Amino acid sequence: MITQLLINSLVAGSIYALIALAMNLIYKASEIPNFAQGEMSMFSTYITFLLLTTFGYPFSIALTGTLLFAFLLGFIFEFLFIRRAKEPNLLGFIIITLGFQLVLFGLAGWKFGSDQRTFSLPFSETEILIRTESFVLTEHNLASIIIAIFVMAGLYILLNHTKLGLAMRASQQNVKAAKFNGIPTDRILGISFGISSVVGAIAGILVAPVATLDPTMMWDPLIKGFAAAVLGSLESLPGAVIGGLLLGLVENLFGYYVSLEFKSIVAFGIIMLVLFVRPSGLFQKHYIRKV
Amino acid sequence: MKLKKEYFEDVKFFRNRASAFWAMVLILTLVSFPFLFKTYYLSILNLMALNVIVALGLNILVGNTGQISLGHAGFVAIGAYTTAFLLQVGIPFVFTLILAGLITALVGAFLGIPSLRLEGPYLAIVTLGFGLAVMVIIGRMDVFGGRMGMSIPRIKLGWTGLKYDEALYYVFLLITIFMIFFAQNILKSRIGRAFSAIRDSDIAASVIGINLSYYKTLSFAISAFFAGIAGCLWALYLQFLTPGAFTLMMSVLSLATVVLGGLGSVTGSVLGAVVMTFLNLQLDKIVDLPVIGDLISGFSNAFMNPSGIANIKWVLTGLILIAVILFEPLGINGLWIRVKRYWRLWPF
Repeated sequence: MITQLLINSLVAGSIYALIALAMNLIYKASEIPNFAQGEMSMFSTYITFLLLTTFGYPFSIALTGTLLFAFLLGFIFEFLFIRRAKEPNLLGFIIITLGFQLVLFGLAGWKFGSDQRTFSLPFSETEILIRTESFVLTEHNLASIIIAIFVMAGLYILLNHTKLGLAMRASQQNVKAAKFNGIPTDRILGISFGISSVVGAIAGILVAPVATLDPTMMWDPLIKGFAAAVLGSLESLPGAVIGGLLLGLVENLFGYYVSLEFKSIVAFGIIMLVLFVRPSGLFQKHYIRKV
Repeated sequence: MKLKKEYFEDVKFFRNRASAFWAMVLILTLVSFPFLFKTYYLSILNLMALNVIVALGLNILVGNTGQISLGHAGFVAIGAYTTAFLLQVGIPFVFTLILAGLITALVGAFLGIPSLRLEGPYLAIVTLGFGLAVMVIIGRMDVFGGRMGMSIPRIKLGWTGLKYDEALYYVFLLITIFMIFFAQNILKSRIGRAFSAIRDSDIAASVIGINLSYYKTLSFAISAFFAGIAGCLWALYLQFLTPGAFTLMMSVLSLATVVLGGLGSVTGSVLGAVVMTFLNLQLDKIVDLPVIGDLISGFSNAFMNPSGIANIKWVLTGLILIAVILFEPLGINGLWIRVKRYWRLWPF
């Protein structure tokens, strides 16, 4: 049984980690906790659904289309709303993201109806890959883990070994200095939003077959992903991954051994405890703020 | 322009005779309301009164102290369920109201403790988790009827000689007016100024001798007290409570109300709550509007899913929120201040 629990928590953890990564990418670049992240993923997943089912394109084209759409969605969100904010402060940004979340939620409900859709991917969640006495591994489980690892590796390479990644890191560290060195920091921020949205969309596509596709699909995963990001510190990308995996593990162990009913809120108990000891998450070395 | 010369002028409730006069006119209109209009409008006014109280409390926390709460629905739920429990036990309404407020304030103070070390998104996630946790826990407690919900007995208002709805309306009105006075007076006292100092810079505030842990906890407690009172009225308003009534969306909309009305101002909270409640009710009927309604339903039939047209409410609410932040960060109150200044300084 323990093997099965570990597999489940790894799968849940990878999805949380992806959402946490998406949040951290934006938070590091702009100190905005993006509450619209979940709805952006949900909307992109609907685009996949539209391309796959309504237009009947093969999966590869649908996926490419979705990722392109997700990138544009993030970029346009930053361009239209975040960049235009007057006297921006944290609360203002939170309200903008919440507002955008409501807009996307409403649009999705309006366009696609609030009825739940079924959604099928090339890797099905019912097709069993390996079955032994102690555990069952479905195609979807394996695919989730592998895709999450690919995305993480891709992000690592992008951030550490490309010119774009260097520019992104530079503008994360010091916007003014980056600007003086000729980096178009506004555009870089837009691209960060776009990349984050793409990562979120991948998480959404992975969530959709398990939870049925409807406008509220990403609420729970978003909150868990945000919690994972906070757990590992919003400033650190490895922290996000570890936070996500940790959260998946704790949640599944708690759900099995203690109480399934309270599984959904145990995350917050742990986060409160962790933040009580380390106010900026587990992987933040020290916390400096200007007066 | 007339400037303030004394401390007393700063803490006065009404700035001048004119504003006192208009406030009296408003109160008299509201008092005579049941005799002029249908009972349906009373229920809308009651809903506005509830939202005003929640917004007042949340604004003290968010607008005046600068802390973020995404879990206010949790406080409202605690107030509502305390009320339901106490009324079923048979405790008189007055004590129930006060107890609901105080118990919620206690929970608020408890939640305020982590806020001493957290800020920004970290505080947001803790309060958000709190809001969700409250509903899950209440939904599992048999005392509160679990998922089935529980009904609330009607309070005794027969002695007033009015119909129940009208009497309830006066109860709501009285409590709301009292809470507005309460909020305004807190903000004009030493406590309110300490809150503002913490919002502007907590380190600077602690340097000038403001006890941060005391005032931050107090801010959470006061804010929760308002939410608890509002919760008590929610229970009376709904007459039947289910855990599904207090969702994350409610917390988000409360925050939206405060931002729409104007951060850090009592007038703003009141205006925001009134406008937001009105919008929430009217946007449902947007299709019935003469010209815009036809356009929207035409667009909806052509490109969208006609069954999902109710969702246009969320789209518009979201756009309004974004517009407020982009164009007028101080909300309706800020707009009002600008209009006033424009006329006062007119040809310039």
